[in-house]
Formats: sequence, C-alpha cells, structure tokens
Amino acid sequence: MLTAPSLLRRSGPSRGHALLLAFAAMVALLSLLPLAFVLWIALDSGWETVVAMVFRRKVADLLINSALLLGLALPICLALAVALAFLVERTDLPLRKLWSWLFVAPLAVPAFVHSYAWSSVAPGFHGLWAAVLVSVLAYLPFLYLPVAAQLRRLDPVLEETAGALGRAPIQVFFSVTLPQLRLALCGGGLLVGLHLLAEYGLFVLTRFDTFATAIVDQFQAVYNGPAANLLGGVLVLVCFALLLLEIALRGDERYARVGSGAARPGRRHRLGRLAWPVLFLLIGFVGLTLGVPALTLGRWLIQGGAGIWRLDMIGEALWQTILLALFGALLTTLAAFPMAWLSIRRPSRLQKLLEASHYYVGALPGVIVALALVTIAVRFIQPLYQSVPTLLLAYMLMFLPRALVGLRASIAQAPVELERVAANLGRPPLLAIWHTTLRLAAPGAAASAALVALGIANELTGTLMLAPNGTRTLAMRFWSYTSELNFAAAAPYAVLMVALSLPLVVLLRLEADGRPAR
Amino acid sequence: MSPLHFLLTLGLSVAVATMAHAPAWAQDERLVIYNAQHETLAQEWASAFTEQTGIPVILRQGADLEVANQIVQEGANSPADLFLTENSPAMVLVDNAGLFEPLPADVLEAVPPQYRPGNGHWIGIAARSTVFAYNASRLTKNDLPKTMAELAEPQWQGRWAASPSGADFQALVAAYLALEGEEATAQWLEGLKRNAVIVRGNRAALAAANNGEVDGALIYHYYWFGDRAGTDENSNKTELHYFGHEDPGAFVSLSGAGLLASSQHKQSALEFLRFITGAKGQAALREGQSFEYTVGLDQPANPALVPLAELDAPQIDPAQLDNRKVIELMIAADLL
Repeated sequence: MLTAPSLLRRSGPSRGHALLLAFAAMVALLSLLPLAFVLWIALDSGWETVVAMVFRRKVADLLINSALLLGLALPICLALAVALAFLVERTDLPLRKLWSWLFVAPLAVPAFVHSYAWSSVAPGFHGLWAAVLVSVLAYLPFLYLPVAAQLRRLDPVLEETAGALGRAPIQVFFSVTLPQLRLALCGGGLLVGLHLLAEYGLFVLTRFDTFATAIVDQFQAVYNGPAANLLGGVLVLVCFALLLLEIALRGDERYARVGSGAARPGRRHRLGRLAWPVLFLLIGFVGLTLGVPALTLGRWLIQGGAGIWRLDMIGEALWQTILLALFGALLTTLAAFPMAWLSIRRPSRLQKLLEASHYYVGALPGVIVALALVTIAVRFIQPLYQSVPTLLLAYMLMFLPRALVGLRASIAQAPVELERVAANLGRPPLLAIWHTTLRLAAPGAAASAALVALGIANELTGTLMLAPNGTRTLAMRFWSYTSELNFAAAAPYAVLMVALSLPLVVLLRLEADGRPAR
Repeated sequence: MSPLHFLLTLGLSVAVATMAHAPAWAQDERLVIYNAQHETLAQEWASAFTEQTGIPVILRQGADLEVANQIVQEGANSPADLFLTENSPAMVLVDNAGLFEPLPADVLEAVPPQYRPGNGHWIGIAARSTVFAYNASRLTKNDLPKTMAELAEPQWQGRWAASPSGADFQALVAAYLALEGEEATAQWLEGLKRNAVIVRGNRAALAAANNGEVDGALIYHYYWFGDRAGTDENSNKTELHYFGHEDPGAFVSLSGAGLLASSQHKQSALEFLRFITGAKGQAALREGQSFEYTVGLDQPANPALVPLAELDAPQIDPAQLDNRKVIELMIAADLL
C-alpha cells in the first residue's frame, strides 16, 4: 500500500541499494588498480629512490605549472561558460540556436589537432598563456553544455520573486541564479580540471610542461620506471585535492522539482546597444575555437590532394575506431550508473570514498593506466594481454568521470518519489530503479555515453599499448603519419575523427536542448 | 529489457565483435614485428616481403624505447618475432636483457661491419646523421659551431633548439657519453639545460630555427630533407651544417633490427632481415620519402643526401650506446 511513511523513507535496508553498492564497490576496486600499481612501484623502488625522484627541482616546477594552469584555465572556463550560457539562454542575442551549436562544436576537434593547428598558425606562441588558451578553447564545452542546460531548466519563479522583493537584476543573478547552477558548475569544472591534469596531446607543442607531459617523456625513455610512476603518484595527490574541493562545493541539496504545474522558460534580457559588440566578440571566439583548426586541416588536405585518401586503410581504421568507441562507451556508462545513483540517492562517507576512486583515474595520463594493465596482464593473465577486453577495461577506467558527471546530473533531476512508488507497488528494487529513474535519466545516459565515445575515438596511448596486434584506429594512423612529418597524409584521419565525433556532439547538444524543464 | 538482459546482450555483442576481428588477431603463421621505425617505410617493406614470399606480416607501432621496454617486460612470452628501431640504444636495451637470438653470419654480412654491433646480436638496417640546421639569414658559415661541445658554451645561450625528450636525441647523448665520458656528458647536459630552447620533437626544433626564434637546431638530417620535399614550411630558411672531424656532433645513428629468441617463426624472420638489408629493401630507402641512409653492402643512398662516407663520423660500436646511464644523467640535469 502507498502510505506516507514509506514514501518518505530516506534510508534503511534495501536489496537494490545493496546490489548497486556492491557493483559500485567492484568498479571502484578495478579503478584502484592503477593507484595500487603506482604504490607498489613506490614501495618496490625504496624510500631513497622516492625521495630522489619526488623531491627534486623538476617536480616542484611541475607542481607550480599544474597549479598555474588549473588556477588560470579553470576560473576562465567557469566564467566564460556562465557568460556564454547566459547570453544564449537568457538574452535576446540573435541566432541563439546557431551560437549554442558553435559553442559545443569544439568537442569534436581532438586535442592534438588543436595543438598542431595553433603551432602552425602562431608558431611563436608558447608557454603558460598558450597552454591556458588552448585548454580553454578545447575544454569549454565540458562546462558550457551542463551550465546552459541547467540555466534553461531553472524555474524562473525564484528569480522573479527575488526581483519582486526589490533585488537588482545583477543581485538576483549572483544570489539566486548562480547558486542554482552549482551542480553543473562543479561537475563540469571537475571534468575540465581532471582533463587539464591528464592531458598530453594539447600541450605537446606549447612548450609547457605539466605532470602529464613529464610522465609521457619518462615513459618514452624508461617505460615502466619509478620516475614516471612516482610522478603519477604526485598527480593522484593533486587530483584528490581537486576532488575534495569539488565535494565540498557541491553540497547535497535537492534539485528536482515536484508539484503541480511545470516550470516555464525564464524571461529574456534585452541586449540593446550591446548586441553588436557582443556579436563581434563571439565571432572572434568561434574563429579561435573552430576557425584555427579548420584552417590548418584544410591546408593539409589541399596540399595532399586526392592521393592521401587511401580508402582501404582509412576504412579499416574508421571501422575499428567505431567499434571500440561504441563498446567502450556502453561498458563505461553501465559501470558508472551504480555510483551515479548512489551519489544522488544515498550519499554517505563510504559512497564518497568509492566515488573518489571512480574519479581519480581521470586525472592520470593514459600511460599510467595502460602500464598498470600491461604489467598485470603480462604477469598474471597472459591470454588477456593485448586483447579487446583489457583495452575496454582501460577505456572504462580512463573515462568513468565523463560518464559519471552526465549521469549524476540527470539522475538528480528524476524525482526519487517515483522510485519509491514503483517499489511500493511491488517492483523488485532494481527494476523499480530501471523503470523510473533510469528511464527518466536515459537521455542523460546517452549523452554520457556520447561523451565517453568521444574520448575513446581520440584516445591514443592506451590503444597503442593494449590493443591487439594489427589494430589501427584513426588516432593511431594520425599519430604515425605526423611523427613521420607527413601531415598531408595524416589530415584525412583527423578529418574523420572530427566527422565521427560530430554525431556524438549533436546527440549531446540535442539531449541538453530537448530535456523539458522539470 | 531488464538490467540482466542488457548485460547479457552487451556481453554477447562484445564476443561477436571479438570474433569479427579474429582474422586480424590469429597470429599463428604471421610474422609479428614490433616496429619503432616509420610506419610507412615498414609497411612498404612488409607488403613487398609478403608479395615476394607469401609470408603475412603484422606491424605493431610504437616509439623506440617504449617498445624496447615493453619487449623486456613481456620477456619470454613476447608475441613479437622481430623488433625494428630508429636508433641503436633501444636495440642495446633488449640485447642487454638477453632477449635477442644471435644472427647467422650470412645475415650479418649483408651490411659492412661498421653498421652492426660487434657481438652480432642484431643488425643495422638504415642510418641517420646528426646535423646542425641553421637559419641562413642569422648565421654565416663562419659563425657555425665547430663542435657539439661548443653549443654548451656561454656564447650559445638561448640560440639553439633541441628536443631532449625524444629517443633520437638520447641516442646522440649516448654517443657523446661513449666518446667523451660521464663527466663531460654531465657538463654538456648542464650546458644544454642553460643554453637550449627546449621543445618537443625534432620538427619543432627545426621550425624554431626556421622562423628565426633561434639560430639553429641540433637534429637528424632527414627531418630537414623530409620537410624540404614536403611542405617546405619549416625548412625553407635553413641550411644544414655537418660537424665532421669525428666530432660527437657528426654521430651517425643506426636503426636496427633484431630477432627475438622467443620467436616461433625464426626462419621467416631471418628471411625478412635478409630482405630489408638486401637490394629490394634498401632500394625503398633510396627511392622513398624517408630520406634515411642505406647501410646495405653496395647500396648507394638517396642521391639527394651527402654520402655517409663523406660525413667523417666518429667510430662507435653501437652496442656501447648505454641508454640507462643517459637517462640517469638527464634526470640529474632536470631534463626529464
């Protein structure tokens, strides 16, 4: 029977909860493999080596560099994402739909294409500011997408009430609107932060060393040496600091709307005389994010002519990339669901610990994850060495954060009452979740999977090390040709990576667009 | 669909996908080559070899030292039959782990003795020369460095570019170490850290010299020739300076190939080594776009290149190129 007490029950024993917790714990354990590996190397190499490798000038420089990069790029991204989302969702900016597409589109451009494009357009542009610029251009969509979606769904009643009570519009924005964007800002910000820590391709040509570039240098010289892994250890510590910050800022307020009626779209502010300057700025911005890569790729394609379209090779790479991205994305999204559900429905200390284990891998460069899996496979499960399952596991570990962030946001908007009603009507616990929350969260889950697939389609290091012999993805071919300086031959692969990513970006954008205000 | 159903479907789909791929992974009769040489060159070799012998070849791509270390980690279980590199230190690393099968005399004799290690555990397949690519509008012939050591001196501060994180450059440092000893190398690396504009990749170093950011770049010759033959955008304002005089800066780095002792296809693998060091294999170097030197007996290089014999390179047994010590010194100099 449907009774008030059972509807309001917040915790208590539940079989579905226990199952999901067990599943999340299993994923967390798998995620801890790279950390265990790093710790094992640290123990194995002895305290003296640890001191010699960690407490040195280079590591201090890298810490400063990473802190500067995070400290500059992240706030800029946050501010820009809010500003752009506000322009599109809450002003009478002309061509709002088009702008919104253009702001999301850079997601389809692989990071190393940004990097090559900038080094070819502005060869003298180096160092911290170059790194900050390319980071902002490449990663802004991670923040823009959730912030814009959240802004659109906000119930304007709160803002109107504040206005009616005498607050100036700017005060309303900071005291009412911005706080309601917290979940989107925290989730997107965390994703950008993790990527900044783990990214290698973006910084190859900017002459700016981060932990990730130093780890890759070490790996290329000494492979599985203590230096690379110990740098990875320091990176994990930095990442935990970031996670603690995010958890502290995120809080666990309720964001779903229930009750009769529905939220209606908010009122649009008039830009008036500001419209033209704003349009100019936006055109300039899109020129930087999309124009520069397009220019460079176009030039390479023209230089290459028809000879570079080796369809046999290109077709094979395309097919393999699609398969890996598809299965990797499914696996990762499925693996992330239990933790996403727990983090919204049953937050607890244990849950936060498990969640941190899901996230931290995202801050590690692919090399460390791949090295751990190579070592484990070679030593203990030889038949799985250089096999698809191991590769998919690596993808799952690397891209769990991407899946989690999207899932969290969409589960948070599905009212928990529906699950309880379904359970009380006699559905088994997991099915109750499946038929209510998961169904409501399905578009969000699809978007998460798309975000993961985007990552996998452009992933290189892990694929190089773990893929079965004979595998050639688009990213592998692109890397191979660029390292031979044959940019013209590399260009079709970059173009295909963009083309392959576009439908995923469209999916992401439509999901954010089409979700009704709840 | 219930969650269980969904999981099952996913599992099945993965299994199906795995089987669909199976032909690419059945490694029974295929020669598996771990390749750190340029993929285009290796693929050309592999295709021509398969055409001539009917033996199928699979290439696994990577960079010199990471693949070498991966082979060492795989040990006796390595799926690889052959290992091809761009530079010698990666070969030495695998050889020091005792994983190479000594090569028979008839295979070794395809290249002259100076292009293979004294112990005969692997063989040279191509070569590249160190050069100083300089911006011709910023330096005249008289201003050029006479020796590689000179680049570590104060007058060169901020004036040249290098990519010390790459295996190419580390091979050069290994040569410096073999010729000049540990102390001199440590000092030279200090000088490098002080003087050089540090970039990632030889192309970026060449580009820095070409756009006038620095006067010159310490790189291998083929980056310059490749760029000239291609888009020209990173080399049109630069010329090449060869150090000569058996200076460490005239070091010629040997690309190698070795047969893994754990290989199950030794006969085919030896066949492949004979093929790439023989007339057809070396012709690919001469006629292709790699601009690397040939090393086979009586196999002239690409006519665009300055012949190897005229470079006056220092004599070093490639088996002496010790990457471990190089890395140790580079970490001590905070370069890695």
